Amino acid sequence: MRAGIVVFPGINRERDMAIALERAAGHAPRMIWHRETDLAGLDLVVIPGGFSFGDYLRCGAMAAQSPVMAAVRAHAARGGYVLGVCNGFQILSEAGMLPGALLRNAGLRFLSRDCHLRVERADTAFTRRYQQGEVFRAPMAHGDGNYFADDATLDRLEGEGLVAFRYATPAGQVTQAANPNGSARAIAGLYSPNLRVLGLMPHPEDLVDPLLGGEDGKPLFASLAEAFAA
Amino acid sequence: MTEVSADLARQFGLNDEEYARVLAILGRTPSLTELGIFSVMWSEHCSYKSSRVWLKQLPTAAPWVIHGPGENAGVVDIGEGLAAIFKMESHNHPSFIEPYQGAATGVGGILRDVFTMGARPVANLNALRFGSPENPVTRRVVDGVVRGIGGYGNCVGVPTVGGEINFHPAYDGNPLVNAMTVGIAPADRIFLSAAAGIGNPVVYVGSKTGRDGIHGATMASAEFGEDAEAKRPTVQVGDPFTEKLLIEACLELMATDAIVAIQDMGAAGLTSSSVEMAGKGGVGIALDLDAVPQRETAMSAYEMMLSESQERMLIVLRPGREAMARAIFEKWELDFAVIGHLTETGRITVRHRGAVEADIPLAPLADQAPLYHRPTEFTPPPPPLEPVADPIGLGPALLRLIAGPDLCSRAWVWDQYDATVGGQTVKRPGAADAAVVRIDGHRRALALTTDCTPRYCAADPRAGGAQAVAEAWRNLTAVGATPLAITDNMNFGNPEKPAIMGQFAAAIEGMAAACRALDFPVVSGNVSLYNETAGSPILPTPAIGGLGVLEDAADAVGLALAPELDLVLIGHTAGWLGQSLWLREIAGREDGPPPPVDLAAERSAGDFVRARILAGDIRACHDVSDGGLLVALAEMALAGNTGARLAAGPAIPPHAFWFGEDQGRYVAAVPDGEALLAAAAAAGVPALRLGRSGGAGLTLPDGLAISLVELRAAHERFFPDWMGSPGAEPDPGG
Repeated sequence: MRAGIVVFPGINRERDMAIALERAAGHAPRMIWHRETDLAGLDLVVIPGGFSFGDYLRCGAMAAQSPVMAAVRAHAARGGYVLGVCNGFQILSEAGMLPGALLRNAGLRFLSRDCHLRVERADTAFTRRYQQGEVFRAPMAHGDGNYFADDATLDRLEGEGLVAFRYATPAGQVTQAANPNGSARAIAGLYSPNLRVLGLMPHPEDLVDPLLGGEDGKPLFASLAEAFAA
Repeated sequence: MTEVSADLARQFGLNDEEYARVLAILGRTPSLTELGIFSVMWSEHCSYKSSRVWLKQLPTAAPWVIHGPGENAGVVDIGEGLAAIFKMESHNHPSFIEPYQGAATGVGGILRDVFTMGARPVANLNALRFGSPENPVTRRVVDGVVRGIGGYGNCVGVPTVGGEINFHPAYDGNPLVNAMTVGIAPADRIFLSAAAGIGNPVVYVGSKTGRDGIHGATMASAEFGEDAEAKRPTVQVGDPFTEKLLIEACLELMATDAIVAIQDMGAAGLTSSSVEMAGKGGVGIALDLDAVPQRETAMSAYEMMLSESQERMLIVLRPGREAMARAIFEKWELDFAVIGHLTETGRITVRHRGAVEADIPLAPLADQAPLYHRPTEFTPPPPPLEPVADPIGLGPALLRLIAGPDLCSRAWVWDQYDATVGGQTVKRPGAADAAVVRIDGHRRALALTTDCTPRYCAADPRAGGAQAVAEAWRNLTAVGATPLAITDNMNFGNPEKPAIMGQFAAAIEGMAAACRALDFPVVSGNVSLYNETAGSPILPTPAIGGLGVLEDAADAVGLALAPELDLVLIGHTAGWLGQSLWLREIAGREDGPPPPVDLAAERSAGDFVRARILAGDIRACHDVSDGGLLVALAEMALAGNTGARLAAGPAIPPHAFWFGEDQGRYVAAVPDGEALLAAAAAAGVPALRLGRSGGAGLTLPDGLAISLVELRAAHERFFPDWMGSPGAEPDPGG
């Protein structure tokens, strides 16, 4: 797997992501400063979490205009894979690469705790090592993760099978109590129509080591490593 | 032009004797800028003029101490060529006036104290004291402080892994916000602040200078009156995004050979950083304020020298490194300006718009700083507590205690702090007695805690000082770590009152005794005095930040109970109810002496527990502190979602056994209780069997069973009920 991690000023989970990718692939990913524009040779471009440009405008809005994002768009247009986590999901949404928006959490507070995600499909490059309907735990750490889109868009996303993960109880039920930030239809993660761009709010990269509380996030990275093992 | 006079000096916080000394040093009337420099450098906050004589009693040395007090932060050797750099610092006064920004900039300031020495910050903690929950102001202060800590720490990407919160009416007008940062650096790459090399350039990096925070250090050195609100303009505004860039840029520059000395611009900003760097190095410094990056127009020399704008650093570079250093800061889009050079004059000279605005000899500014041996009046020891009857029984008392503000779940607070960023957090808040953070690329881990029991300190400052140090040592021990050193944050009232100075002196004496007995030296610290509003002081609060090390993070144990384990109490129980939470919450009294700390017993019990943890015998461990034994067991049961059946205790009143706050005790959960009891007996450590884990509730020795569901509901209710309704202003950023 040839993976690269895009680093904007203010990004702060690039190291967590690099650890998870290296554990899965056996070698370190390339770190890409936001002024770089050459993504040639990469299978996977990852936009990690943090507070790009301080998120002083809307979360991800400044980063979406950064030079590297044109290259990320071109990479996706060539059929390349992209993973955006937390601020990365917000950036992909601001860049128009995934529909909808991430609004302030329904409780109006930053939330840092474990949540449970239900795998909505297990046939993508990101989820092939999970089972369909499997529930895994992941830390969340965000103030703006409340997914919003209009009903027509939500219907289309569901109809086309583009919902990647939903917030759920450990038993896999989608309930209001299990939806920590009030996301529409409990959506925690989304695919592009070709299933090669994934954005999600929680942090599977922070749960890949039993010593740190579990390995629930490991299959996501193992899936990617397997998909690009060739 | 403002006329400088003894009258103006008094307004700046210099008394007549101090002002006379200024006149003698200069041989003339100071300029306004010079008066400003003297007033902040000689403020309590910067000069420690009331506390220095006492602080000297604290032990500061050990073979593993690399730098003790006197640098920006303390530095200890943690093995494998690594050093841990840490300090705790208060931001009390600003946090009452403007809770969000006061707390946020407190986090920012302590982060800079640590990364200025070359460390990457790896963990934040905080020790918070608030007024009574019934006071309507408290809710707003708690909301703002918690948002501020989260808003800053979450954005810079340093996990907030631990801390403590107490409530007491004594903090109604004066909450305490003590922030601690821990960083890691190569032990042979520590950066210090002493300037050297005549002619070397003095460089300003970071944010631009504005008019914010002027005279913040002076504000922190006086009591609040009724006009606290009017002081809002002296509170600084934080920019965690710039701080994040500053961390990365400074660490990038520190990987080169460019830096001679570096210090952050904290309290008293450009004044204290330039005066301290030149003073420590025994050189002079010439500053040209026209070169200072400014974000407001027409700033005067006085304003620039006293501004406390955040996220700024002062660096002395080796000659010829300016271009390389500038390129790094420009890459990170931060200001970089050469604003002066080192001189051989031994003076600080400040030029602005063609005029010399200040010209002060540095040696007397430091050497003749006021030093006070203030009168002390010791707190009389409280009379012994007569036996107190149990009015309600064990079960109802437990449910009431764990539901109260001081013992209830802090999840509502922790949930707002990012505890996992960095990918190294082994034990998150609430999972263990100390936070455990692994060191990236190593098996080794740090254990971190903050501790103080202010009600003990108020009743008996000496016992309370010793207890705070001992509890920090105990919390590190309870995860299996070897305690190495502490940072202290001494929060007290007005030192000009003998009773307050007596509390300070006695607390130091108790701390020093505990530090010596436990080989647990003080390597950094901060003193915050004048914590009074309208003449009413806070409880004496010597907050202790403790650091320990585990050679292998996998050895760390938490407090979560698992089924089918024997529960063993380590340490002696007399049933000490004086100053206990049971006495306050159930009997409605706040009296008696606090529990004494037997330092020899503390040490032998702790060394025994640590050895058994590292041998793999102990599956879960929790120290017994606030609320006593039954509260400790309930916390273990809730954390592990596993109940327990408890046997009757020894022949003392049950409420004294289960709720007494005797020190030096741990609950250990082990597969083989007999073996642990035998090992304890062999080691001469008191131990007794408490019961066995399992089931879905706690069964008390009187037969009463309380389900975990009921316990949890009681434990988790307070904060959401009190703070739950949204409506406070949102914090910036996501």
